[in-house]
Amino acid sequence: MIEVDIRGKSFGGTQVLGPLSFRIAPGEVLAVLGPSGIGKSTLLKIVAGLDTLFEGRVARPQRLAMVFQEPTLLPWRSALQNLTLVHPGLGRAGAEEMLEQVGLAGKGEAFPGQLSLGQQRRLALARAFAGQPELLVLDEPFVSLDAELAETMLALTEALIARVKPSVLLVTHARAEAERLADRMLWLSGSPARLGAEP
Amino acid sequence: MTRLPVPAVSLLGLLLLWTAAAALTADPSILPQPWALAGPAWAEIVSGRLPFHLGHTLVRVAWAFALAMAAGTVLGFVMGRYETVNRWLDPWLVVFLNLPALVLIVLCYLWIGLNETAAIAAVTLNKVPNVTAVIREGVRSFSGDLDAMATVFRMPFRRRLRHVLLPQLAPYLSAAARSGVAVIWKIVLVVEFLGRSNGIGFQIHLYFQLFDVARVLVYALSFVAVMLAVEWAVLQPWERRARRWRTA
Ligand SMILES: Nc1ncnc2c1ncn2[C@@H]1O[C@H](COP(=O)(O)OP(=O)(O)O)[C@@H](O)[C@H]1O
Repeated sequence: MIEVDIRGKSFGGTQVLGPLSFRIAPGEVLAVLGPSGIGKSTLLKIVAGLDTLFEGRVARPQRLAMVFQEPTLLPWRSALQNLTLVHPGLGRAGAEEMLEQVGLAGKGEAFPGQLSLGQQRRLALARAFAGQPELLVLDEPFVSLDAELAETMLALTEALIARVKPSVLLVTHARAEAERLADRMLWLSGSPARLGAEP
Repeated sequence: MTRLPVPAVSLLGLLLLWTAAAALTADPSILPQPWALAGPAWAEIVSGRLPFHLGHTLVRVAWAFALAMAAGTVLGFVMGRYETVNRWLDPWLVVFLNLPALVLIVLCYLWIGLNETAAIAAVTLNKVPNVTAVIREGVRSFSGDLDAMATVFRMPFRRRLRHVLLPQLAPYLSAAARSGVAVIWKIVLVVEFLGRSNGIGFQIHLYFQLFDVARVLVYALSFVAVMLAVEWAVLQPWERRARRWRTA
Protein backbone atom coordinates (compact mmCIF):
# COMPACT_ATOMS: atom_id res chain seq x y z
CA MET A 1 0.00 0.00 0.00
CA ILE A 2 1.32 3.41 -0.99
CA GLU A 3 0.21 6.30 1.21
CA VAL A 4 0.90 9.88 0.26
CA ASP A 5 0.03 12.68 2.66
CA ILE A 6 1.46 16.06 1.65
CA ARG A 7 0.61 19.04 3.80
CA GLY A 8 2.46 21.50 1.59
CA LYS A 9 5.29 22.00 -0.87
CA SER A 10 6.75 25.42 -1.62
CA PHE A 11 9.43 26.81 -3.85
CA GLY A 12 10.99 29.92 -2.27
CA GLY A 13 7.88 31.05 -0.43
CA THR A 14 5.39 30.18 -3.18
CA GLN A 15 3.29 27.20 -2.23
CA VAL A 16 2.87 24.95 -5.27
CA LEU A 17 1.08 21.95 -3.75
CA GLY A 18 -1.64 22.36 -1.17
CA PRO A 19 -2.62 19.74 1.33
CA LEU A 20 -3.42 16.58 -0.57
CA SER A 21 -3.42 12.88 0.16
CA PHE A 22 -4.16 9.68 -1.65
CA ARG A 23 -3.47 5.96 -1.54
CA ILE A 24 -2.67 3.45 -4.20
CA ALA A 25 -3.69 -0.14 -3.52
CA PRO A 26 -1.44 -3.03 -4.57
CA GLY A 27 -1.83 -3.56 -8.31
CA GLU A 28 -3.88 -0.40 -8.76
CA VAL A 29 -3.14 2.07 -11.56
CA LEU A 30 -3.79 5.66 -10.53
CA ALA A 31 -3.58 8.49 -13.05
CA VAL A 32 -3.06 12.07 -11.96
CA LEU A 33 -4.04 14.59 -14.63
CA GLY A 34 -3.65 18.31 -14.92
CA PRO A 35 -2.43 21.06 -17.22
CA SER A 36 1.22 21.94 -17.66
CA GLY A 37 2.77 23.86 -14.80
CA ILE A 38 0.19 22.76 -12.23
CA GLY A 39 2.64 20.71 -10.17
CA LYS A 40 2.51 17.20 -11.58
CA SER A 41 6.27 16.71 -11.78
CA THR A 42 6.67 18.17 -8.33
CA LEU A 43 4.18 15.68 -6.91
CA LEU A 44 5.85 12.82 -8.72
CA LYS A 45 9.32 13.69 -7.45
CA ILE A 46 7.98 13.70 -3.90
CA VAL A 47 6.29 10.32 -4.35
CA ALA A 48 9.43 8.82 -5.94
CA GLY A 49 11.59 10.10 -3.09
CA LEU A 50 13.64 12.41 -5.33
CA ASP A 51 12.44 15.49 -3.46
CA THR A 52 12.51 15.26 0.32
CA LEU A 53 12.01 18.96 1.07
CA PHE A 54 8.28 19.04 1.71
CA GLU A 55 5.91 18.95 4.62
CA GLY A 56 4.14 15.67 5.03
CA ARG A 57 4.72 11.97 4.78
CA VAL A 58 5.01 9.36 2.05
CA ALA A 59 4.97 5.61 2.69
CA ARG A 60 6.36 3.76 -0.29
CA PRO A 61 7.55 0.19 -0.84
CA GLN A 62 11.16 -0.93 -1.23
CA ARG A 63 11.14 -1.80 -4.91
CA LEU A 64 10.59 1.33 -6.92
CA ALA A 65 10.83 1.97 -10.64
CA MET A 66 10.30 4.96 -12.83
CA VAL A 67 9.87 5.76 -16.50
CA PHE A 68 11.00 9.28 -17.24
CA GLN A 69 9.88 11.67 -19.98
CA GLU A 70 13.16 10.90 -21.74
CA PRO A 71 14.68 7.38 -21.95
CA THR A 72 17.42 8.38 -19.43
CA LEU A 73 19.74 5.50 -20.29
CA LEU A 74 23.47 5.19 -19.69
CA PRO A 75 24.78 5.99 -23.19
CA TRP A 76 28.24 4.53 -22.40
CA ARG A 77 26.91 1.09 -21.46
CA SER A 78 25.34 -1.55 -23.67
CA ALA A 79 21.60 -2.20 -23.69
CA LEU A 80 22.19 -5.35 -21.66
CA GLN A 81 24.34 -3.54 -19.11
CA ASN A 82 21.70 -0.83 -18.82
CA LEU A 83 19.52 -3.57 -17.33
CA THR A 84 22.07 -5.55 -15.33
CA LEU A 85 23.78 -2.53 -13.74
CA VAL A 86 20.47 -1.33 -12.37
CA HIS A 87 19.22 -4.84 -11.49
CA PRO A 88 22.26 -7.02 -10.73
CA GLY A 89 19.98 -9.86 -9.58
CA LEU A 90 18.65 -10.20 -13.10
CA GLY A 91 21.71 -11.90 -14.55
CA ARG A 92 22.52 -12.10 -18.23
CA ALA A 93 19.79 -14.57 -19.06
CA GLY A 94 17.14 -12.59 -17.21
CA ALA A 95 18.21 -9.39 -18.96
CA GLU A 96 18.06 -11.04 -22.37
CA GLU A 97 14.62 -12.42 -21.58
CA MET A 98 13.50 -8.91 -20.59
CA LEU A 99 14.87 -7.44 -23.83
CA GLU A 100 12.90 -10.05 -25.73
CA GLN A 101 9.70 -9.08 -23.93
CA VAL A 102 10.00 -5.50 -25.19
CA GLY A 103 10.97 -6.56 -28.71
CA LEU A 104 14.70 -5.89 -28.43
CA ALA A 105 15.90 -9.48 -28.80
CA GLY A 106 19.46 -9.57 -30.12
CA LYS A 107 20.07 -5.88 -29.38
CA GLY A 108 21.83 -6.54 -26.07
CA GLU A 109 25.28 -5.49 -27.22
CA ALA A 110 24.18 -2.23 -28.85
CA PHE A 111 24.86 1.09 -27.16
CA PRO A 112 21.75 3.28 -26.65
CA GLY A 113 23.05 5.67 -29.33
CA GLN A 114 22.79 2.86 -31.86
CA LEU A 115 19.11 2.29 -31.07
CA SER A 116 16.22 4.25 -32.55
CA LEU A 117 14.27 6.51 -30.21
CA GLY A 118 11.47 3.95 -30.07
CA GLN A 119 13.95 1.22 -29.13
CA GLN A 120 15.49 3.42 -26.44
CA ARG A 121 12.04 3.92 -24.95
CA ARG A 122 11.44 0.16 -24.98
CA LEU A 123 14.73 -0.33 -23.19
CA ALA A 124 13.66 2.21 -20.56
CA LEU A 125 10.43 0.25 -20.11
CA ALA A 126 12.35 -3.00 -19.81
CA ARG A 127 14.55 -1.42 -17.14
CA ALA A 128 11.50 -0.24 -15.20
CA PHE A 129 9.75 -3.63 -15.20
CA ALA A 130 12.85 -5.82 -14.84
CA GLY A 131 13.08 -5.23 -11.08
CA GLN A 132 9.53 -6.52 -10.46
CA PRO A 133 8.66 -3.12 -8.93
CA GLU A 134 6.00 -2.78 -6.25
CA LEU A 135 5.51 0.85 -7.24
CA LEU A 136 6.00 2.13 -10.77
CA VAL A 137 6.01 5.85 -11.45
CA LEU A 138 5.36 7.03 -15.00
CA ASP A 139 6.21 10.66 -15.79
CA GLU A 140 4.36 11.58 -19.00
CA PRO A 141 6.06 8.60 -20.65
CA PHE A 142 4.37 9.05 -24.03
CA VAL A 143 4.73 12.79 -24.42
CA SER A 144 6.72 13.92 -27.47
CA LEU A 145 6.10 10.63 -29.32
CA ASP A 146 4.33 10.50 -32.67
CA ALA A 147 0.89 8.87 -32.62
CA GLU A 148 2.03 5.52 -33.98
CA LEU A 149 4.93 5.12 -31.57
CA ALA A 150 2.80 6.32 -28.67
CA GLU A 151 0.24 3.62 -29.48
CA THR A 152 2.89 0.85 -29.60
CA MET A 153 4.41 2.02 -26.32
CA LEU A 154 1.01 2.27 -24.70
CA ALA A 155 0.12 -1.29 -25.71
CA LEU A 156 3.48 -2.58 -24.47
CA THR A 157 3.11 -0.76 -21.16
CA GLU A 158 -0.39 -2.16 -20.76
CA ALA A 159 0.86 -5.70 -21.34
CA LEU A 160 3.76 -5.33 -18.92
CA ILE A 161 1.55 -3.87 -16.21
CA ALA A 162 -0.81 -6.82 -16.63
CA ARG A 163 2.08 -9.24 -16.25
CA VAL A 164 4.09 -7.66 -13.41
CA LYS A 165 1.09 -6.09 -11.58
CA PRO A 166 2.81 -3.20 -9.79
CA SER A 167 0.98 -0.29 -8.20
CA VAL A 168 1.28 2.49 -10.74
CA LEU A 169 1.23 6.25 -10.47
CA LEU A 170 0.84 7.75 -13.94
CA VAL A 171 1.19 11.47 -14.36
CA THR A 172 -0.01 12.96 -17.64
CA HIS A 173 -1.93 15.76 -19.26
CA ALA A 174 -3.39 13.45 -21.92
CA ARG A 175 -6.75 12.08 -20.90
CA ALA A 176 -6.80 9.29 -23.52
CA GLU A 177 -3.64 7.73 -22.09
CA ALA A 178 -5.00 7.86 -18.58
CA GLU A 179 -8.32 6.29 -19.57
CA ARG A 180 -6.55 3.48 -21.33
CA LEU A 181 -4.21 2.54 -18.48
CA ALA A 182 -5.78 3.71 -15.23
CA ASP A 183 -8.21 2.15 -12.81
CA ARG A 184 -8.82 5.54 -11.20
CA MET A 185 -8.19 9.15 -12.22
CA LEU A 186 -7.59 12.24 -10.10
CA TRP A 187 -7.13 15.84 -11.21
CA LEU A 188 -4.73 18.45 -9.92
CA SER A 189 -6.13 21.97 -10.00
CA GLY A 190 -5.94 25.33 -8.31
CA SER A 191 -3.08 27.21 -6.74
CA PRO A 192 -1.69 25.77 -4.60
CA ALA A 193 -2.77 22.61 -6.39
CA ARG A 194 -5.09 20.12 -4.75
CA LEU A 195 -6.42 16.77 -5.86
CA GLY A 196 -10.02 16.12 -6.75
CA ALA A 197 -12.54 14.82 -9.25
CA GLU A 198 -12.62 16.24 -12.75
CA PRO A 199 -13.03 20.02 -12.44
CA MET B 1 41.74 7.56 -48.82
CA THR B 2 45.48 7.89 -48.30
CA ARG B 3 46.33 8.78 -44.76
CA LEU B 4 49.31 11.04 -44.34
CA PRO B 5 51.09 10.41 -41.01
CA VAL B 6 50.48 14.05 -40.09
CA PRO B 7 52.29 14.08 -36.71
CA ALA B 8 55.44 12.59 -38.28
CA VAL B 9 55.41 15.02 -41.23
CA SER B 10 54.76 17.95 -38.92
CA LEU B 11 57.69 16.96 -36.66
CA LEU B 12 59.88 16.61 -39.73
CA GLY B 13 59.01 20.20 -40.63
CA LEU B 14 60.18 21.34 -37.21
CA LEU B 15 63.44 19.48 -37.76
CA LEU B 16 63.92 21.19 -41.14
CA LEU B 17 63.30 24.59 -39.54
CA TRP B 18 65.95 23.81 -36.92
CA THR B 19 68.44 22.73 -39.60
CA ALA B 20 67.86 25.94 -41.54
CA ALA B 21 68.22 28.06 -38.40
CA ALA B 22 71.44 26.28 -37.47
CA ALA B 23 72.82 26.80 -40.96
CA LEU B 24 72.01 30.51 -40.75
CA THR B 25 73.52 30.81 -37.28
CA ALA B 26 76.62 29.01 -38.46
CA ASP B 27 77.91 28.69 -34.90
CA PRO B 28 77.55 25.19 -33.37
CA SER B 29 78.16 26.56 -29.86
CA ILE B 30 74.93 28.61 -30.15
CA LEU B 31 72.73 26.28 -32.20
CA PRO B 32 74.23 22.96 -33.33
CA GLN B 33 72.76 21.02 -36.26
CA PRO B 34 70.31 18.30 -35.18
CA TRP B 35 72.67 15.51 -36.22
CA ALA B 36 75.50 17.09 -34.22
CA LEU B 37 73.56 16.05 -31.08
CA ALA B 38 74.01 12.36 -31.82
CA GLY B 39 77.55 12.24 -30.44
CA PRO B 40 76.85 13.96 -27.11
CA ALA B 41 73.54 12.05 -26.76
CA TRP B 42 75.29 8.72 -27.24
CA ALA B 43 77.99 9.67 -24.75
CA GLU B 44 75.39 10.63 -22.13
CA ILE B 45 73.49 7.39 -22.68
CA VAL B 46 76.43 4.95 -22.51
CA SER B 47 77.88 6.73 -19.48
CA GLY B 48 74.53 6.03 -17.79
CA ARG B 49 74.08 9.70 -16.89
CA LEU B 50 71.05 10.33 -19.09
CA PRO B 51 69.09 7.25 -17.93
CA PHE B 52 69.96 8.07 -14.31
CA HIS B 53 68.75 11.67 -14.43
CA LEU B 54 65.80 10.89 -16.67
CA GLY B 55 64.73 8.22 -14.19
CA HIS B 56 64.81 10.64 -11.26
CA THR B 57 62.79 13.22 -13.15
CA LEU B 58 60.23 10.64 -14.28
CA VAL B 59 59.70 9.42 -10.72
CA ARG B 60 59.03 13.00 -9.61
CA VAL B 61 56.65 13.59 -12.48
CA ALA B 62 54.80 10.36 -11.71
CA TRP B 63 54.43 11.18 -8.02
CA ALA B 64 53.34 14.77 -8.57
CA PHE B 65 50.94 13.72 -11.33
CA ALA B 66 49.31 10.99 -9.24
CA LEU B 67 49.00 13.18 -6.16
CA ALA B 68 47.70 16.21 -8.05
CA MET B 69 45.14 14.19 -10.00
CA ALA B 70 43.91 12.40 -6.86
CA ALA B 71 43.65 15.52 -4.70
CA GLY B 72 42.27 17.68 -7.50
CA THR B 73 39.62 15.12 -8.48
CA VAL B 74 38.36 14.69 -4.92
CA LEU B 75 38.34 18.46 -4.29
CA GLY B 76 36.72 19.23 -7.62
CA PHE B 77 34.10 16.54 -7.01
CA VAL B 78 33.17 17.89 -3.59
CA MET B 79 33.17 21.51 -4.77
CA GLY B 80 31.06 20.71 -7.81
CA ARG B 81 28.60 18.69 -5.79
CA TYR B 82 28.17 20.82 -2.68
CA GLU B 83 27.50 24.51 -3.23
CA THR B 84 28.32 25.46 0.40
CA VAL B 85 31.76 23.86 0.24
CA ASN B 86 32.30 25.57 -3.08
CA ARG B 87 31.42 29.00 -1.69
CA TRP B 88 34.01 28.57 1.05
CA LEU B 89 36.79 27.04 -1.01
CA ASP B 90 36.40 29.00 -4.23
CA PRO B 91 38.35 32.07 -3.03
CA TRP B 92 41.23 29.77 -2.03
CA LEU B 93 41.15 28.21 -5.45
CA VAL B 94 41.39 31.63 -7.08
CA VAL B 95 44.36 32.54 -4.87
CA PHE B 96 46.22 29.31 -5.63
CA LEU B 97 45.40 29.44 -9.35
CA ASN B 98 47.06 32.83 -9.51
CA LEU B 99 50.08 32.10 -7.33
CA PRO B 100 53.17 31.98 -9.58
CA ALA B 101 54.76 28.54 -9.72
CA LEU B 102 58.11 29.99 -8.70
CA VAL B 103 56.70 31.41 -5.46
CA LEU B 104 55.27 28.04 -4.43
CA ILE B 105 58.54 26.29 -5.25
CA VAL B 106 60.67 28.73 -3.27
CA LEU B 107 58.29 28.63 -0.30
CA CYS B 108 58.22 24.83 -0.27
CA TYR B 109 62.02 24.69 -0.28
CA LEU B 110 62.18 27.30 2.49
CA TRP B 111 59.54 25.67 4.68
CA ILE B 112 60.07 21.97 4.06
CA GLY B 113 63.78 22.00 3.23
CA LEU B 114 65.85 21.22 0.15
CA ASN B 115 64.58 17.68 -0.15
CA GLU B 116 62.50 15.33 -2.26
CA THR B 117 59.30 15.94 -0.27
CA ALA B 118 59.52 19.67 -0.86
CA ALA B 119 60.18 19.14 -4.56
CA ILE B 120 57.19 16.88 -5.08
CA ALA B 121 54.96 18.98 -2.82
CA ALA B 122 55.84 22.11 -4.80
CA VAL B 123 54.95 20.51 -8.13
CA THR B 124 51.77 18.94 -6.77
CA LEU B 125 50.55 22.19 -5.21
CA ASN B 126 51.12 23.95 -8.49
CA LYS B 127 48.88 21.52 -10.32
CA VAL B 128 46.06 20.75 -7.84
CA PRO B 129 44.09 24.01 -8.34
CA ASN B 130 43.98 23.50 -12.06
CA VAL B 131 42.77 19.89 -11.84
CA THR B 132 40.21 20.98 -9.24
CA ALA B 133 38.81 23.69 -11.50
CA VAL B 134 38.48 21.35 -14.49
CA ILE B 135 36.88 18.52 -12.50
CA ARG B 136 34.47 20.93 -10.79
CA GLU B 137 33.29 22.02 -14.22
CA GLY B 138 32.75 18.38 -15.16
CA VAL B 139 30.80 17.61 -11.98
CA ARG B 140 28.59 20.66 -12.57
CA SER B 141 27.70 19.31 -15.99
CA PHE B 142 26.39 16.02 -14.54
CA SER B 143 22.98 15.07 -15.84
CA GLY B 144 20.24 15.59 -13.26
CA ASP B 145 18.10 13.01 -15.04
CA LEU B 146 20.69 10.25 -14.64
CA ASP B 147 21.08 11.24 -10.99
CA ALA B 148 17.34 10.84 -10.52
CA MET B 149 17.43 7.51 -12.31
CA ALA B 150 20.22 6.19 -10.10
CA THR B 151 18.39 7.39 -6.99
CA VAL B 152 15.01 5.89 -7.91
CA PHE B 153 16.56 2.54 -8.75
CA ARG B 154 18.73 2.69 -5.61
CA MET B 155 22.05 2.09 -7.28
CA PRO B 156 24.68 1.65 -4.58
CA PHE B 157 27.31 4.39 -4.36
CA ARG B 158 30.21 2.51 -5.90
CA ARG B 159 28.29 1.24 -8.88
CA ARG B 160 26.86 4.71 -9.39
CA LEU B 161 30.33 6.24 -9.24
CA ARG B 162 31.78 3.80 -11.71
CA HIS B 163 28.97 3.51 -14.24
CA VAL B 164 27.00 6.76 -13.94
CA LEU B 165 29.33 9.49 -12.69
CA LEU B 166 32.86 8.65 -13.86
CA PRO B 167 31.84 8.12 -17.51
CA GLN B 168 30.36 11.63 -17.49
CA LEU B 169 33.62 12.88 -16.02
CA ALA B 170 35.89 11.06 -18.49
CA PRO B 171 36.41 13.95 -20.95
CA TYR B 172 37.25 16.27 -18.06
CA LEU B 173 39.59 13.73 -16.48
CA SER B 174 41.48 13.35 -19.73
CA ALA B 175 41.65 17.13 -20.24
CA ALA B 176 43.01 17.50 -16.71
CA ALA B 177 45.47 14.64 -17.19
CA ARG B 178 46.71 15.99 -20.48
CA SER B 179 47.30 19.56 -19.33
CA GLY B 180 48.53 18.03 -16.06
CA VAL B 181 51.38 16.12 -17.64
CA ALA B 182 52.33 19.09 -19.80
CA VAL B 183 52.50 21.54 -16.90
CA ILE B 184 53.97 19.16 -14.33
CA TRP B 185 57.03 18.18 -16.28
CA LYS B 186 57.88 21.81 -16.94
CA ILE B 187 57.57 22.66 -13.28
CA VAL B 188 59.58 19.59 -12.27
CA LEU B 189 62.50 20.88 -14.31
CA VAL B 190 62.35 24.26 -12.56
CA VAL B 191 62.19 22.53 -9.19
CA GLU B 192 65.26 20.48 -10.09
CA PHE B 193 67.00 23.50 -11.53
CA LEU B 194 66.56 25.36 -8.25
CA GLY B 195 67.17 22.79 -5.59
CA ARG B 196 67.93 19.20 -6.52
CA SER B 197 71.19 17.44 -7.28
CA ASN B 198 69.85 15.09 -9.94
CA GLY B 199 67.24 15.02 -12.67
CA ILE B 200 66.97 16.59 -16.11
CA GLY B 201 66.54 20.08 -14.64
CA PHE B 202 69.74 19.71 -12.63
CA GLN B 203 71.67 18.58 -15.73
CA ILE B 204 70.32 21.48 -17.76
CA HIS B 205 71.46 23.83 -14.98
CA LEU B 206 74.90 22.23 -15.10
CA TYR B 207 75.33 22.50 -18.87
CA PHE B 208 73.81 25.97 -18.85
CA GLN B 209 76.68 27.06 -16.62
CA LEU B 210 79.15 25.33 -18.95
CA PHE B 211 77.40 26.97 -21.92
CA ASP B 212 77.05 23.56 -23.57
CA VAL B 213 74.00 24.10 -25.81
CA ALA B 214 74.24 20.64 -27.36
CA ARG B 215 73.90 18.85 -24.03
CA VAL B 216 71.12 21.18 -22.83
CA LEU B 217 69.23 20.21 -25.98
CA VAL B 218 70.02 16.50 -25.56
CA TYR B 219 68.50 16.46 -22.08
CA ALA B 220 65.51 18.60 -23.00
CA LEU B 221 64.72 16.55 -26.09
CA SER B 222 65.10 13.20 -24.38
CA PHE B 223 62.41 14.28 -21.98
CA VAL B 224 60.13 15.63 -24.69
CA ALA B 225 60.47 12.26 -26.43
CA VAL B 226 59.41 10.40 -23.30
CA MET B 227 56.39 12.66 -22.78
CA LEU B 228 55.30 12.25 -26.40
CA ALA B 229 55.58 8.49 -25.96
CA VAL B 230 53.35 8.70 -22.88
CA GLU B 231 50.81 10.76 -24.82
CA TRP B 232 50.69 8.30 -27.71
CA ALA B 233 51.08 5.05 -25.81
CA VAL B 234 48.94 5.75 -22.75
CA LEU B 235 46.69 8.81 -22.94
CA GLN B 236 45.39 8.49 -26.48
CA PRO B 237 44.55 4.76 -26.32
CA TRP B 238 42.75 5.35 -23.02
CA GLU B 239 40.74 8.19 -24.52
CA ARG B 240 39.83 6.08 -27.52
CA ARG B 241 38.53 3.39 -25.20
CA ALA B 242 36.56 5.82 -23.06
CA ARG B 243 35.01 7.32 -26.21
CA ARG B 244 34.13 4.03 -27.87
CA TRP B 245 30.41 4.35 -27.14
CA ARG B 246 30.25 7.67 -28.99
CA THR B 247 31.61 6.32 -32.23
CA ALA B 248 30.01 2.86 -32.14
N1 LIG C 1 12.93 23.74 -8.82
C1 LIG C 1 11.94 24.66 -8.86
N2 LIG C 1 12.13 25.89 -8.34
C2 LIG C 1 11.14 26.81 -8.37
N3 LIG C 1 9.94 26.60 -8.88
C3 LIG C 1 9.65 25.39 -9.40
C4 LIG C 1 10.65 24.36 -9.42
N4 LIG C 1 10.11 23.26 -9.99
C5 LIG C 1 8.84 23.61 -10.32
N5 LIG C 1 8.57 24.87 -9.97
C6 LIG C 1 7.27 25.55 -10.15
O1 LIG C 1 6.26 24.73 -9.63
C7 LIG C 1 5.12 24.73 -10.49
C8 LIG C 1 4.77 23.31 -10.87
O2 LIG C 1 5.78 22.80 -11.74
P1 LIG C 1 5.75 21.29 -12.29
O3 LIG C 1 5.59 20.37 -11.13
O4 LIG C 1 6.95 21.12 -13.12
O5 LIG C 1 4.44 21.29 -13.17
P2 LIG C 1 3.96 20.19 -14.26
O6 LIG C 1 4.79 18.98 -14.10
O7 LIG C 1 2.53 19.96 -13.90
O8 LIG C 1 4.09 20.84 -15.60
C9 LIG C 1 5.46 25.62 -11.66
O9 LIG C 1 4.83 26.87 -11.46
C10 LIG C 1 6.95 25.76 -11.61
O10 LIG C 1 7.32 27.06 -12.03
